[in-house]
Amino acid sequence: MAGAAGQFGGTNKAGGRVGTRDPLWMRWSLTIVAVGFLALMLVLPLVIVFATAFSKGWAGFAAAIAESESWSAIKLTLLAAAVSVPLNIVFGVAAAWAISKFEFRGKDLLITVIDLPFSVSPIIAGMLFVLLFGAQGWLGPWLAARDIKIIFAVPGIVLATVFVTVPFVARELIPLMQSQGREEEEAALSLGASGWQAFFRVTIPNIKWGLIYGVILCNARALGEFGAVSVVSGHIQGVTNTMPLQIEILYNEYKFVPAFAMASLLVLMALLTLVVKHGIEWRAARSHAQIVDETVGAAATA
Amino acid sequence: MARVKRHRVLPGFGLTCGYTLTYLGLIVLIPLATLFLKTSSLTWSQFWTTVTSERALFAYKLTIGASFLAALVNSVFGLIVAWALVRYRFPGRAILDALVDLPFALPTAVAGISLCALYAPGGWLGGILQKAGVQAAYAPLGVVIAMVFVSLPFVVRTVQPVLADLDQEVEEASASLGARRWQTLRRVVFPSVLPSLLTGLALAFGRSLGEFGSIVFISGNMPGRTEIASLLILTRLEEFDYAGATAIAVVMLGLSFGMIFVINVLQSWSRRGAV
Repeated sequence: MAGAAGQFGGTNKAGGRVGTRDPLWMRWSLTIVAVGFLALMLVLPLVIVFATAFSKGWAGFAAAIAESESWSAIKLTLLAAAVSVPLNIVFGVAAAWAISKFEFRGKDLLITVIDLPFSVSPIIAGMLFVLLFGAQGWLGPWLAARDIKIIFAVPGIVLATVFVTVPFVARELIPLMQSQGREEEEAALSLGASGWQAFFRVTIPNIKWGLIYGVILCNARALGEFGAVSVVSGHIQGVTNTMPLQIEILYNEYKFVPAFAMASLLVLMALLTLVVKHGIEWRAARSHAQIVDETVGAAATA
Repeated sequence: MARVKRHRVLPGFGLTCGYTLTYLGLIVLIPLATLFLKTSSLTWSQFWTTVTSERALFAYKLTIGASFLAALVNSVFGLIVAWALVRYRFPGRAILDALVDLPFALPTAVAGISLCALYAPGGWLGGILQKAGVQAAYAPLGVVIAMVFVSLPFVVRTVQPVLADLDQEVEEASASLGARRWQTLRRVVFPSVLPSLLTGLALAFGRSLGEFGSIVFISGNMPGRTEIASLLILTRLEEFDYAGATAIAVVMLGLSFGMIFVINVLQSWSRRGAV
């Protein structure tokens, strides 16, 4: 193989061998098209958020964030995430344990059901809870008689957020735990560990990065959900407005600086999510390369 | 039977499976069942009149047409982006690679207002387009642009790993047998990427079908011109016409579930191709 590569002139910097290298004009034009497309579709929208948010300087930005309605929107958004993320972590871990450690009928169906909220349009997701708990909904009269408010109130917002974020943790953990199998836990048990000990000392360290990955994606969606929350919120300023809903109201009232100031906070959250996500992927690629190196090294010495 | 017993050495099946089913039942299945129960309270002719009203038909046509166009745009550019990210080295490549996932992490309302501000008449890009006589915001083109944004990662992220795993020796062989580079790309590379490209296209299409947040700002929401299906459902809900909203939602949900099936078929095809 080394001889063949040498015959073709070795490898170039891009890792492609000469026989597989694109002509220079093609490399240039495709790179320009790719970079241009991403700059136009992804970078420019981010630039305009910060440009508008700071168009009246730091003072304008700070004044926009300090408004009481902005603050209550931020708090409600954090509350919705603080409830839905832990719920979906517990669910995701439990579902992944059941699916990866045991054989049972209907497993594929179960996985499909877990993924369902991804395929339900956010507006329809919000609507489901209106049909269930709204004034004309199935449980509406029963709830009204007991003076319990779910729709157009905080519980509805939390419920809608939980619904749209159900799959995130589970779908990261299921393939990961399936690939890890069950030998390590079985070994722990045979050495006298209890089930919970095996779970906390063996499983959790094994799945930690996949778990973090799922959690940050779940969190990003929980903080940013718009459609589903919009249906159940009723848009009561200062009471049932989350950050995305507050952004909508400000934008529609032509208050561009405050709208983009709020938006810039969510952009920072999104960028932080990407940094963590990429950090985890980079780490996984590195440890994979290490394993391959060690295996190759061991094979060489053998 | 022995096999099952051996697998049940680990504890917690009852607890985790029971919890999973209860949780899914309460959060996902009961609410979804409500939707279908609500639909069954309509007579067939009521249902049919609602879902085939002129306004609803237009909304499906716009939603499906714009989703398909956006998926096509992303197939072409996504393939180029994936190729450039895998095969070429250029400054800023790693950052752009990470940024491809932005539409997954960025709240749709934020995407919505920034796209609207960019493409509105007088905006940074809207101004340029206006001079060229093209209206983007508050026109069907705006709907397509927003859908391109939200579904951008799918094609790149399905094609990228396939390109990275592609055995370059096959390309070398093709070149050494006298094929021109273009012939190698078209006859050797493209066929092996095709299943993942179609999977990405289907995922992007499915994502755009249900999209709401990034579209409502830029579209202008004019019935019969820029009103997408999700928005029509919301309008009906706000009029307290729950039956009307439900009927249209069932049509859209049926379409989404159909896409799950298509995507599953495509994915098993690309897995077979990989073996």
